[in-house]
Amino acid sequence: MPVRLEEDVVRVRQATRVAALACGLSLVDQTKIVTAASELARNTLVHGLGGAVTIDSVEASGRKGVRLTFEDNGPGIPDLNLALRDGYTTGGGLGLGLSGAKRLCNEFHLDSKAGEGTRVTITRWK
Amino acid sequence: MERIPVLKMGDFLLVTVQADMQDRLAMSLQDDITSRLSKYKSRGVLIDISALDIVDSFIARMIANIAAMSRILDAQTVVVGMQPAVAITLVELGLNLPGVLTALNVERGMELLRASSSAGEGAGVNSDRFED
Repeated sequence: MPVRLEEDVVRVRQATRVAALACGLSLVDQTKIVTAASELARNTLVHGLGGAVTIDSVEASGRKGVRLTFEDNGPGIPDLNLALRDGYTTGGGLGLGLSGAKRLCNEFHLDSKAGEGTRVTITRWK
Repeated sequence: MERIPVLKMGDFLLVTVQADMQDRLAMSLQDDITSRLSKYKSRGVLIDISALDIVDSFIARMIANIAAMSRILDAQTVVVGMQPAVAITLVELGLNLPGVLTALNVERGMELLRASSSAGEGAGVNSDRFED
């Protein structure tokens, strides 16, 4: 689904909630993955200048989970370590979006190339 | 444009934030509260967030901003009704809402506001409010 407008951030939250419910995540885990989705969707919109997210149900060794992949073709992140540091911000926010989202899920992958775009994949297992 | 109602109740302002709030709506709420605070000379703001099923860093920043602006306008902010799962997530996210008073429900939140506004009366300028 697209992440191009502010309304899309709300839609991503709702779709993530539906997927998290469907795979049987607890209320706290649902809240964590939806919050992480909200942070990353806003990043895609504001820093990535718009992009898209795919929401998948995944299963591995009998465990179910929700996986979200955010992709954009924006300017990319020049320094990944710096971007993941708590409190570092280029957008005037609290600097907790990316680092906070990482803490809220079980798996976190960040690929970014300056000038080409960013892809963030997060997974929360049941 | 859609707006979150800011109700005047005696010396206080009452705000109930609805679910699925867009960022733009959160921004306009800050402006609405500060203008009402100065118009009605309110002593406190009570923000009910029981309808929110998540609080991300953007909403947390909005709450912190409202509390900071209110403090400068000589009013206290109390956030009430945070769902337990939201509280757990907020802390894990790395947010602890410094400078924001919280209460479990509207009733306790009102008590807190009344107590803090009567404590401020007759004491002149509340100098400790500027020490944050």
